[in-house]
Amino acid sequence: MTTSTIDAESILAVEIGSTLTRAALFDVVEGVYHFIASGSATSTVDAPFHDAGECVHLAIEDLQTITGRQLLDKDARIILPGKSDGSGVDRMAMSISAGPTLRVINAGLLDDVSLQSGQNLIATAKARVIDNFGLSDARSTDEKIDAIIRAEPDLIILTGGTQQGASRSVLKMVELIMMSCRILPETSRPEVIFAGNRVLAKRIKEVLGKWFSVHTAPNVRPLIDLEDISPAEAVLTNVVTRIRTSQIGGLKELGKACTAPLTPAPQAFGRIVRFLSEIYNPNKGVMGIDVGASSTTFSVAVAGGLTNKVYPVGLGSSIKDILEFYEPAEIIQWMDIPLSEDSLVSYLWQKSINPGSQPLDHTAMAIEQAVTRMILRHAMQEIKAKWRENWEDEVSFEPILAGGAVLTNAPTPAQSLLMILDGLQPVGISTIILDQNTLTASLGTIAAFNPILPVQVLESGAFLNLGTVICPVTKARYGTPVLNIRMEHENGFKETFTIKQGSITALPLRMGETATIALDALRGTEIDPNGNRANTFKIIGGVCGAVIDARGRPIQLPKEDGRRRELLKKWQNTLENR
Amino acid sequence: MIILAPVTHIVPLTKVRRARLLPTNGRVLVKAGQSVTASDVVAETRLQNKHTLVDVQRDLNMTSAAETREVIDRKLGERVQEGDVIAETGRLFRRVVRAPVSGVIVMISSGQVLMEADQPPFRLKAGLDGEVTEVLPEQGVMVETNGALLQGVWGNGKISQGLLLNLTQSAGDELTPPKMDVSMRGAIGFAGWCGRPEALEIAAQLPLRGLILGSILPGLIPLAEKMDLPIMVLEGFGQIAINHIAYDLLITNVQRSIALNTAPWNRFTGSRPEAIITLPAPAESSPEIDIFKPGQTIRVQTAPYCGQTGILSNILPGLTTLDNGLRTQAAIVRLRENNEITVPLANLDVLQ
Repeated sequence: MTTSTIDAESILAVEIGSTLTRAALFDVVEGVYHFIASGSATSTVDAPFHDAGECVHLAIEDLQTITGRQLLDKDARIILPGKSDGSGVDRMAMSISAGPTLRVINAGLLDDVSLQSGQNLIATAKARVIDNFGLSDARSTDEKIDAIIRAEPDLIILTGGTQQGASRSVLKMVELIMMSCRILPETSRPEVIFAGNRVLAKRIKEVLGKWFSVHTAPNVRPLIDLEDISPAEAVLTNVVTRIRTSQIGGLKELGKACTAPLTPAPQAFGRIVRFLSEIYNPNKGVMGIDVGASSTTFSVAVAGGLTNKVYPVGLGSSIKDILEFYEPAEIIQWMDIPLSEDSLVSYLWQKSINPGSQPLDHTAMAIEQAVTRMILRHAMQEIKAKWRENWEDEVSFEPILAGGAVLTNAPTPAQSLLMILDGLQPVGISTIILDQNTLTASLGTIAAFNPILPVQVLESGAFLNLGTVICPVTKARYGTPVLNIRMEHENGFKETFTIKQGSITALPLRMGETATIALDALRGTEIDPNGNRANTFKIIGGVCGAVIDARGRPIQLPKEDGRRRELLKKWQNTLENR
Repeated sequence: MIILAPVTHIVPLTKVRRARLLPTNGRVLVKAGQSVTASDVVAETRLQNKHTLVDVQRDLNMTSAAETREVIDRKLGERVQEGDVIAETGRLFRRVVRAPVSGVIVMISSGQVLMEADQPPFRLKAGLDGEVTEVLPEQGVMVETNGALLQGVWGNGKISQGLLLNLTQSAGDELTPPKMDVSMRGAIGFAGWCGRPEALEIAAQLPLRGLILGSILPGLIPLAEKMDLPIMVLEGFGQIAINHIAYDLLITNVQRSIALNTAPWNRFTGSRPEAIITLPAPAESSPEIDIFKPGQTIRVQTAPYCGQTGILSNILPGLTTLDNGLRTQAAIVRLRENNEITVPLANLDVLQ
């Protein structure tokens, strides 16, 4: 793309996180958009500031210092649009992941149908279901009213009824919501989204609209056996933004300066993953993971169809919540140093009250990396469970886009890569891309008004190729050869490798170097379940070269502690010392 | 990156001004200028926590909500006693619907009456000994005092006051049952850390009026949350001693009256557990916001130096590589024991 086809404009993208706020500057250099630099500052959304404007200004100030470009005027206002002297920026975009986890009530009809779809819709936002209300709920009406009031919800999602389907039961639920929330003080009343039987939408808006902000969305279950969340997700995104704007000081004013509406970071992140799925192999999915401080976003898209999930576990304030899903021993098993369960649990609690703190020693680093593996594992297992409803086989992803400070700030790229491989345990052939500058959500926000910029920045060096990974699927026994590899370098040099089941191997490929590899699968080994790739193809070396992960799926760690730790060290060394 | 310094107040004398607000509008019971103690109730309100729905239309077998509305004798907001008639038909064979509970009618809609049952009101305590400086009508009050202030990192949401007592020999000692006896009844005690449920149970049985701990094992949190005994944790979780500055401050004030408000720490709202020892001396407010600078008294918040205090000697330029390979913005800190360590700025809070 040349300047002749784009309006040359500089864009400032701000992401307000729960711990840090980042300001990234993009501009046109030699006809192509580039990421220039980013500045960051402690987020000031929480007390005692209660003002998003403060951290945005600090982050821009930092960016100003880094770039030497004047972005704020003498009154500390953002210079918008840019001036002919090069100061300021032409446009601004903003995403947000800060703010308390939203408290949501999920109301619907059948547990496995509309309530499940409501649950899936809520999981696309940084939100927690406080209570569910469905037809099978045995509580009395009095108890339900009290439960709704006690829940102090920010939002109620009401689903139920296929198109032209049930209406009476839905209206009874409307009555319950109305009775419960009408008696709340006006300032405490939740927003309501109705995403059920469309025939009722107008009536529900009339009935509830007298008392609440009611938003109607397309039915999440248009047919009993068909779930379609995406259209309702767009409505939810708008409502979440509304709630955030009312919760967080300074957001409204900042929003006015932006070209596109303020976007929740998970939706902005998912937008880029969906975009990538439209340009990559349609038979494979594209996966994006972003391990944040208060939550983790997991986005999977196939040929433009996006599944976005926000898990309320991150590496900061919510880190101890990983214990809701895994026993301490399951986390410790991924550490190559000994640690008692009590010490692990204490560390997680301590970190949760100091969410911005950094691992200070080897033990702390090992704990946080082990927790990251478990967060990724949990998210991947849930995605796989959902996937199996439609696909019988294992799913492979190309590429896998990974972000989050624990991955981007890891001491070595090999550590980042191994966390991703151990956690996600992908199958088939994937390229692992690291969002080293934390740009994905910002690009997603910019994409709303400038679709060219994300494309050009993704193709630039702003993202780090960790490497191509080949994860064959096999039932062969440990130690038996499963793959023969012939690799021909650009200079004609040829090498062969025999890969044994249970091993991880780093192929000697330099960053950016292209090689042709030919794979011979042995003993019924499948190289890529849905890749449709020929057995001979070109690969480009990433910062970790190329990696053959034949450790089996799921990875089975030795039960004996000493052996297990040795093996973890060996895997790490294999990738570090290639 | 611009890192702002989180501030924790552990200070021997400061002006403390706290807003004490009801969760919903209610009645303020004190006047501006009035002196209050931590346990005094300053405002009260009804909490909407128990409702009863009376389906008048169904009970009277009426055909429409409009028809039912005409036979409901009560108005919105009206108080009724259990057994009072709330609806009746005026026909020859009179039928009535009676209030199943005493309470207030909060809604009449769709042929139904929603009643809010009478409950003991929610009583808001002052939370600190001091003077009411401002009344916020229907919402609460501002209370102000001068004294020593210690802020914690975890609390179980209770309020009390009592005489301050030292329960252990040193800042790092574990609180065990033998360290408590009936002579301590009514006191607020402090100890290094707690790892046994029986220690908390004994403290509650005596009863102590509160506990200030350096740290607590995470496994005890569910028990501590259920207890009426106010518990505040100063450092965190595990076996962390009370930091020296806080310990010296507590030791200095033993046998003085201390007010303990163990509100859970909510970073978003800013509410935080804290203990206040009111002192008859003039004082200035301590700043809530700061930036890191050499000479500050700081505390390390993470292992392996968790709870240790020292002086920030130097902020290192750019990024520093730690022993574990992490590259981060860091500072040199001279700990109280005089050894120097390199710590990420993000792991420090400023004590002032």
